Amino acid sequence: MAEQSIAGSTGTIMAPEGDRSGRARLVILLLCAALAVAVLLSLTSGASDASAVNVIGDWLTGAAPADAVLSARDRLIVYDIRLPRVILGMLVGAALAVSGAVMQGLFRNPLADPGLIGVSAGSSLGAVAVIVLGATLLAPVTALLGALALPLAAFCGGLATTLVLYQVATRQGRTSVATMLLAGIALAALAMALTGILIFMADDRQLRDLTFWQLGSLAGATWQKIGSVGPVIVLALAAMPFLARGLNALALGEATASHLGIPVQRLKYIAIIGVSAAVGASVAVSGGIGFVGIVVPHLLRLLIGPDNRYLLPASALLGASLLLLADAVARTIVAPAELPIGIVTAIAGAPFFLWILLRKRGVIDL
Amino acid sequence: MTSLSKLAPFFRLALGPVVGLSLVVAAPQPASAAEGATVFADPLKVAAIGGSITEIVYALGEEGRLVARDSTSRYPEAALKLPDVGYMRQLSPEGVLSVNPSGILALHGSGPKEAVDVLKKTSIPFIEVPDHYNHEGILEKIRVVGEALGADAKAEVLVKEIDAKLKAAEKQTASIKDRKRVLFVLSMQGGKVLAAGSETAADGIIKLAGGINAVGGFSGYKQLSDEAIITAKPDMILMMSNAGPPTPDDVLLANPAISSTPAGIARKLIRIDGSYLLGFGPRTAGAIHDLAVSLYGGQVTE
Repeated sequence: MAEQSIAGSTGTIMAPEGDRSGRARLVILLLCAALAVAVLLSLTSGASDASAVNVIGDWLTGAAPADAVLSARDRLIVYDIRLPRVILGMLVGAALAVSGAVMQGLFRNPLADPGLIGVSAGSSLGAVAVIVLGATLLAPVTALLGALALPLAAFCGGLATTLVLYQVATRQGRTSVATMLLAGIALAALAMALTGILIFMADDRQLRDLTFWQLGSLAGATWQKIGSVGPVIVLALAAMPFLARGLNALALGEATASHLGIPVQRLKYIAIIGVSAAVGASVAVSGGIGFVGIVVPHLLRLLIGPDNRYLLPASALLGASLLLLADAVARTIVAPAELPIGIVTAIAGAPFFLWILLRKRGVIDL
Repeated sequence: MTSLSKLAPFFRLALGPVVGLSLVVAAPQPASAAEGATVFADPLKVAAIGGSITEIVYALGEEGRLVARDSTSRYPEAALKLPDVGYMRQLSPEGVLSVNPSGILALHGSGPKEAVDVLKKTSIPFIEVPDHYNHEGILEKIRVVGEALGADAKAEVLVKEIDAKLKAAEKQTASIKDRKRVLFVLSMQGGKVLAAGSETAADGIIKLAGGINAVGGFSGYKQLSDEAIITAKPDMILMMSNAGPPTPDDVLLANPAISSTPAGIARKLIRIDGSYLLGFGPRTAGAIHDLAVSLYGGQVTE
């Protein structure tokens, strides 16, 4: 990474505003390019030798393919397997990274992460409830909402967890770190216990499939799934840039933000609803993919500083790129089988996160 | 914290159904050549999904047609040389397509649903082989695989052979009056016994070997309470010898509930290779015999 040399120079010295924003814009441009590369890489890599270049080329030029049978297979691989995965990967990666950044801004704490504080557990509880009880207890709900029931339930589960967490951890406008983490652990434990009850009720075939989804996966990405959760994630992501200025003001403290004319309470609710929607929908389709929400914003703060106006879009771009790369690794490293992507993000993310922590403590200096 | 870490598997499991089941969207599926076929037009490059399917292809002497297997296909040894497309319930559609099969033979229960749906959209015939845990189910599997490969005659010969072997194996325990109760333990997680109820391969093999499944009243696999174990009064505990981290015999037999059952008092715990015991394929007659001998010893009429 060429940016490392840049990262090394962002010390505690406050750079002049113009310099910061100039660099931030440059980094965002670079990230756009990186995302384009990641998309191309994802489309062209996979277990099979299907050539995305040929498929897209034929489509663009309208040329008749040389080998009709093979090209039909390749078209299917590119359009029905790789492309939905790329789109879902971008949506989920962006959702997780931006949710992490927003959460960290909201709690004014760099440790806040949807996975770390139980929001993901709440989301999965909602989704599991729909799956296990969808045909029986919740039948009227699933009949009414159809394909939206699952992401909506995941959203409600995540929302309930976030709201409780915020109420518990915030006293007089100050969010206590210790309380937040402990409350997150308690809520996650409760959500897991309730999920455990549902798991107990689930049938055998589901149970055996479940073990394999432990760590989340983008496998099984279909156009239908994108259709049902895509709008939720896109809406949530679209709301987040409007939070940037408010989150910046919030960094100075809630009282100060109020004096600056920021509707603090409304800002908090929008942020919480947005994060719950994004994380809920992501969990609904891809299970638990960890570390994206915490590593991406951290890395970007080192690069471009804490200004949310740049941090949020940059997080979306980098989160999307990293998840696509992780998925490309997951799809090819043990071909023709594939690895759950959560393993890849954890193996890459956990040591990286430790390195950031050490670096911050000045233990190592690279 | 310890209680939390115990919950972690639940949480991980919880994520499963979130994605493991597709969203129910009634989208029109284009009909394709892959649906409804029972014979491969070109059975030269077959991907076998499911251990018993691979075994049957070898038993038919048709292994030259195989281009891939799944991770549950570990017998015969030669099959291990084939490319592994992953766990049968966790197939990667592109992975399966990457071996360029001209036909896919998949045991019932292969998945996930999304992967199978994508595979069925291709022009490659996808034949699902039914999986019933009884004598007739094994013969049916052989016929379906034989028909798919265009090897019906060979399949009939194999069906006769396996049918005779199964009948002989089942007869070995036919005259035994005092039936033994068997508890099949899939795993012991945190001291909790996960046991096989009805409609499982374990239940099927226990019955074929002249035993009684000590637990009933539920289908599939469930965690048993201590009282349920004591009430089940198993004469023998049956486990797989190759499934995950093994629970040492002493730990299992020291479980207070198990230790008070006839099986626990007699320290009767048998472990048999999982794919051999539960595969319901060409080797099942041998598994029936082995299980019967460990149940009834000298009472088995050879």
